[in-house]
Amino acid sequence: MPNYIPSVTAQECGGNPMMREVTVLIGGKAGEGINSAGMVVAKLLNQLGYYTFMYYDYPSLIRGGHNFAIIRGADRPIGVHRDHADYVLALNQETIIRHKTRFSDRTVTVSNSDVVRDGGQGISVTGALKAENAPAIMGNSAVIGAFAKAAGIPWDSVVNVFTRHLPKGTQQNIAVAKRGYDQAATVLPITPVGDRLPALLSGNEAIGLGLVAGGITAYVSYPMTPSSSLLHFLAENSRRLGISVIHPENEIAVMLMALGYSYAGRRVAVGTSGGGFCLMTEGLSLSGMAEIPVVLFVSQRTGPSTGLPTYTAQADLRFILHAGQGEFPRFVVAPGDAIQAYYWSAVAADIAWRYQVPAFILGDKALSEGLYSIDPANLPKISTGMYPLWDGREPYQRYRDTESGISPLTFPGTAGAIVKVNSYAHTASGITTEEAEIVSQMTKKRLRKGLSLSAVMAEYDTVTTGGVPAAETAIICWGSVRGVCSEVCEDMGFRMVQPVVLSPFPNDKIRESLKGARRVIVVEENATGQLAALIQLPGIQVDSPILHYDGRPLTPDLLKERIREVLR
Amino acid sequence: MTVRELITDTQNTWCPGCGNFSIQHTLKNILADMEKEGKDLDSVVLVTGIGCHAKMADYLNVNSFYAIHGRAIPVATGIKLANRDLTVLCCVGDGDAYAEGLDHLLFAAKRNIDITVLVHNNRVYGLTTGQYTPTSPLGFKGKSTPAGTLEYPMNPLELMLASGATYIARGYTRKMDQLKTLIHDGIQHKGFSFVDILQICATFFPVTDYYNKRTYELPAYDRSAFDPACSMAREWDYNSDAPVALGVFYERAAPTLDEKIDPAVRSGQEKELTIRDFLASRQ
Repeated sequence: MPNYIPSVTAQECGGNPMMREVTVLIGGKAGEGINSAGMVVAKLLNQLGYYTFMYYDYPSLIRGGHNFAIIRGADRPIGVHRDHADYVLALNQETIIRHKTRFSDRTVTVSNSDVVRDGGQGISVTGALKAENAPAIMGNSAVIGAFAKAAGIPWDSVVNVFTRHLPKGTQQNIAVAKRGYDQAATVLPITPVGDRLPALLSGNEAIGLGLVAGGITAYVSYPMTPSSSLLHFLAENSRRLGISVIHPENEIAVMLMALGYSYAGRRVAVGTSGGGFCLMTEGLSLSGMAEIPVVLFVSQRTGPSTGLPTYTAQADLRFILHAGQGEFPRFVVAPGDAIQAYYWSAVAADIAWRYQVPAFILGDKALSEGLYSIDPANLPKISTGMYPLWDGREPYQRYRDTESGISPLTFPGTAGAIVKVNSYAHTASGITTEEAEIVSQMTKKRLRKGLSLSAVMAEYDTVTTGGVPAAETAIICWGSVRGVCSEVCEDMGFRMVQPVVLSPFPNDKIRESLKGARRVIVVEENATGQLAALIQLPGIQVDSPILHYDGRPLTPDLLKERIREVLR
Repeated sequence: MTVRELITDTQNTWCPGCGNFSIQHTLKNILADMEKEGKDLDSVVLVTGIGCHAKMADYLNVNSFYAIHGRAIPVATGIKLANRDLTVLCCVGDGDAYAEGLDHLLFAAKRNIDITVLVHNNRVYGLTTGQYTPTSPLGFKGKSTPAGTLEYPMNPLELMLASGATYIARGYTRKMDQLKTLIHDGIQHKGFSFVDILQICATFFPVTDYYNKRTYELPAYDRSAFDPACSMAREWDYNSDAPVALGVFYERAAPTLDEKIDPAVRSGQEKELTIRDFLASRQ
């Protein structure tokens, strides 16, 4: 390779000097396959040993509108994209106009010359398609081929990625890509950073695998962005993963059907977003009263109401913590990346059955649809605990009062057991009662489960830390914001604190992780500082909230700027 | 094997003369027959909504899921999908299944899930002390409609036909022999069984004379034919003065949802390998 060609290195990306990284933006109209083109670009970077993160931005429509994906590669696992683009792959003129601020004079543009003027290295997509007699949907392959050449990615790697990840029309796609590859010149080669080959996984897929690892054998869901891709993933892989997938008439039915599954002895999860969860709340309260275990995955999007269906937010925390009439314990976990999503989804499935409580996995669009790369060898081990089962010695009482508050479980169909569950206040046998003494005894029993759950949380890393642990400035965040926070904290020398479990709220562990901190900043993607308020309840001081609520995830550059503002 | 005591010792709080007593007695007899025939009652599950009917969950000594208003049917569907070996009965009220949870009733019929739904249709809200329901006649004076309702009732049999139910019957609590046959056959029927049970509300809608005078046994016709079934279902619209036919209006065999769904459940180790395989395919 001639040495006058600059290669993408850390300084030029404006990032951490120790980190080699690259960012590629691909944009076009909705319906042009931007998401899958982005995945192919990510796989190409993986071939060079990069860990990748992909952010996919799209409006709520099927055709037209502007879609883009930002694929970032780095030599360590990452959970956020950057604003600046090293490469722009423009399938239309709008991509160049809209993303002007992401360009620097170093940015390399590869474009479809049929529709883009002054688009750097222009490739005639129609020409490539015509030459290979290929359908329009394969047009992206020509641009990806040209990008690969521009970035100095060996042709073998392109063939490898297309063969492994484009099972349909592989040879034709490769031929179209070759047309693009041959027309382009290598201008900014990307330096390989190792021979590892990470696996590409969306947050929702990680949650699906975690649920399966945690023993879930049924998933009930009504489509709602950004949870739907979990429904699609599990439905597509239902046999392979040993999970029944049901899509009923609405979220009310979803929740109640799930409770039927659970009562009959299957481990079950439901999934939705805020609006759908509104409809689930009566069933949630039933789960609390009747002590029927269930896992609820709620992926947040910008609200209130329909809001921005395809954009992110963290504004439903207080809703999830308090939803449902009456008082009953619940488990809430908000994972911050794919590995956490996998691990904590399995834990949620475990906890729900051990403590007979509803267990929430609280996600957001950025986590759900963000594409992470993980090293399969680093997949956390899942160990699930036993839950108490009826031993058959005494007549079965579904709500037998015990020290822990947890009554042994059994399921209808078990010889000799009559299993009565009830939404009314009930006796130990599950028969309706209005007797004051029993009502208060059973209320205490349910709340004792919450205390047992709080106690067992000592065994889990309910709060994670990062950045510089001894730093005097601490940044607290939750959910997908972990990705940007941990990176910014490392760059700026701050301490990062991420409560992962949000109910039972880990007051003590948060306090412990803030020891020695003189300044506490809470970063959240909502407008009222929901986590900040919870942290302050037991008297922990929060100096500055940083609130961000335009539907777009915070990026490192933006967060640094906001932090500098509050530190000024 | 000892014969199970089928009624719990819970104090019964239905009003004297309530139609629910006949339904309870009928269910008890059916369960006793099942047990005599060697059926394991441990595999019977009763799901109820909320309303006077729902106390059945407390009174019958079988597995029960005392659910919430309008939502018994999705619970019953989930139970049957989770374990096909269970016999799932669902007692619901007319306010419960025709108002609050109508969507679930239609979809259960559409899916042909193998459960038996018994609607305790007294055409009034009893437990909330006397408001009109979807099957109250036009002009019904209830507490929320003191001047009389402004709406015509709906005809649940027609709705069930339109929704794809494969067993549709109507019974009356004062014709208990027939009611027992209708419910028994509904349980035997493989698929979604629906029995609309006319009963009086002794306190808020005591229309025994009306039913006694007008009810009669359905004539013979091909029960698997939609058109005659629909025409018979329309004879009485739950409002006008017309003969009220009782019996099985419609019955046909069709594949059920629960037999179509693959209940594959994998072992722990197999699962781990599957997850590893999946990740490898994404490398």
